[in-house]
Amino acid sequence: MPTQTERTAPLNRGALGVPELRVPHRRSTVVRPRLRAGVFGLAGLALLGLVWELYKTVGPADGVVLGGVTVLPRTTDLAMPHLAVMFERLFEPVTGAASALPLWQAVLAGSLFTLGIAAVGWLVGVTVGLALALLMQRLRLAESAILPWIILSQTVPLIAIAPLVRRWGAQLQFGEFTWESWMSVALIASYLAFFPVSIGALRGLGSPDANHVDLMRCYAVGWWKILWRLRLPASVGYLLPALRLAAVSAVVGSVVAEVSIGLRGGIGRLIVEYAGAAGGDPGKPWAPIFGSILVGLVAAGFVGLIGLFLRRFRRGEVST
Amino acid sequence: MSTSMTNDVPAVRVQGVTRIFAARKGSGVTALDDVSLTVAPGEFVSLIGPSGCGKSTLLRLVADLDVPTSGSIEVFGKPARQARIDQDYGIAFQQAGLLPWRTVAGNIELPLELHGVGKAARRARAAELIALVGLADFASHYPDQLSGGMQQRVAIARSLAESPSLLLMDEPFGALDEMTRERMQNELVRICAETQAAVVFVTHSIPEAVFLSNRVVVMSPRPGRIRSIVSVGLGEMSGRGEDLREDEGFFHALSQVRELLHGDEAGINPTGVRGVETR
Ligand SMILES: Nc1ncnc2c1ncn2[C@@H]1O[C@H](COP(=O)(O)OP(=O)(O)OP(=O)(O)O)[C@@H](O)[C@H]1O
Ligand SMILES: [Mg+2]
Repeated sequence: MPTQTERTAPLNRGALGVPELRVPHRRSTVVRPRLRAGVFGLAGLALLGLVWELYKTVGPADGVVLGGVTVLPRTTDLAMPHLAVMFERLFEPVTGAASALPLWQAVLAGSLFTLGIAAVGWLVGVTVGLALALLMQRLRLAESAILPWIILSQTVPLIAIAPLVRRWGAQLQFGEFTWESWMSVALIASYLAFFPVSIGALRGLGSPDANHVDLMRCYAVGWWKILWRLRLPASVGYLLPALRLAAVSAVVGSVVAEVSIGLRGGIGRLIVEYAGAAGGDPGKPWAPIFGSILVGLVAAGFVGLIGLFLRRFRRGEVST
Repeated sequence: MSTSMTNDVPAVRVQGVTRIFAARKGSGVTALDDVSLTVAPGEFVSLIGPSGCGKSTLLRLVADLDVPTSGSIEVFGKPARQARIDQDYGIAFQQAGLLPWRTVAGNIELPLELHGVGKAARRARAAELIALVGLADFASHYPDQLSGGMQQRVAIARSLAESPSLLLMDEPFGALDEMTRERMQNELVRICAETQAAVVFVTHSIPEAVFLSNRVVVMSPRPGRIRSIVSVGLGEMSGRGEDLREDEGFFHALSQVRELLHGDEAGINPTGVRGVETR
């Protein structure tokens, strides 16, 4: 229909007084803050190291004591080893034994072990958290019945539940399946991880504008379609920070639970073990601490990667 | 979906509709009081009146986004609820309400996708509508890359996606500047002429109502009632163009609607003229 194109043609862009497209800068505005964030992050790390070394050189050997309370730590080589000492220690063997691995390898193995458990805990926690959020979104009644318990659940200290989980787990056994200690650790990690996910997802699922919900009602589609086409996409912006928080919580939960349950092989165990060596070997206890930081970074980075895949759903969100 | 239009079945039939919003204390707000209105197939009817007189409420009732306290609403001879389930109408709100994670084309395809239309058919229909609203170069852009007017045009294209025989529009041009607005009005007139759809159009602008409509429904607030209905009689949709705005009949209808609206302040008893059609 030539007449139609003729009629619509003058309505294109300029004719409508519509402003020029605001696209070209998008890419650079997305990449540049990310780069800047990286630079600032590294600068912050360098500053921390600098403060450490500076205080170690100028601070009094017995620390700063005000009215009998130690405000700042001692600066002896034992209490505050040089950064270089911590670093060099990583490449020396774990013990004096001839067969001993370099320290970094032992820590890396422990990190991977803990990361694996944390990942299982994260997955379970995310699944449970999402399921609870969906249930609460679907049924008003469920929200008022479950939400207070979810919040209350986080006030129970980890140290208190660890032995309980371990004892209950030990009694579980169906056929081939036997409960193992690492499962207790993963369960405790998931106990911490599900919380931010359930709260974040509940807020996210409820976040679509009334306008959008009305529109879906006009289209006369069911709850599942609305969930898939509207509520889930709208909740991505709320879900990603929750997933990141859950990842970090799962790592912390795993490390702490390893200690309280006494599971061997992970970072938590190494932290306890090496702390005993601090007397003669001040660089050694720092290695598993770095290891746990590494695990946390990997976990958070993984969620960042998920966010990258879902960035279409985060349009209009202010870049953070 | 385009239903076979027999002239005796009205597009919309509102009969003695009252909507009272319950309040926590007191008797509640009577948003609509005994409102009756009939819209013929292919007819363009505007609702105009001061803020809070129940225009949006009436539109939401027709769309079955809300139910009347009493009275009945039929759309193409069916209860409003059935008409909604059958997708007999398309709707556009004051805010464009586009999904930010979908492109222009994706947003227009949304109703088709939700109702199981195949991919190829969806693509073709979206392309057609995008050309219709003059956004051919923007099909793969996201809403945040568009101006308000462009977003609104996408919303209108979306409301047309399933070729409804009835369009419900709540101040769709409310947020636009005067120039864009007039162009959009011309565009809407053209679209209506092409699609033969009946339209119920809420607006605050008297010239807009008069320019677009076959009939202008003037409403009064507290409680929301129809004060009067003005037949504009400016001729067929297809014959409407820019020069109509200079027409004498246009100015006559304009002043008529204006007088009715300002009757409020002049102290005209609203119940006296309720339901009267000034032809
Ligand atoms: N969900 C609701 N709950 C309670 N009262 C409502 C609700 N929706 C509308 N009202 C009341 O009904 C009356 C009519 O509202 P409505 O939105 O239909 O007005 P309107 O004519 O569309 O106004 P405007 O031109 O400002 O959009 C108002 O007094 C309003 O306070
Ligand atoms: Mg309104």
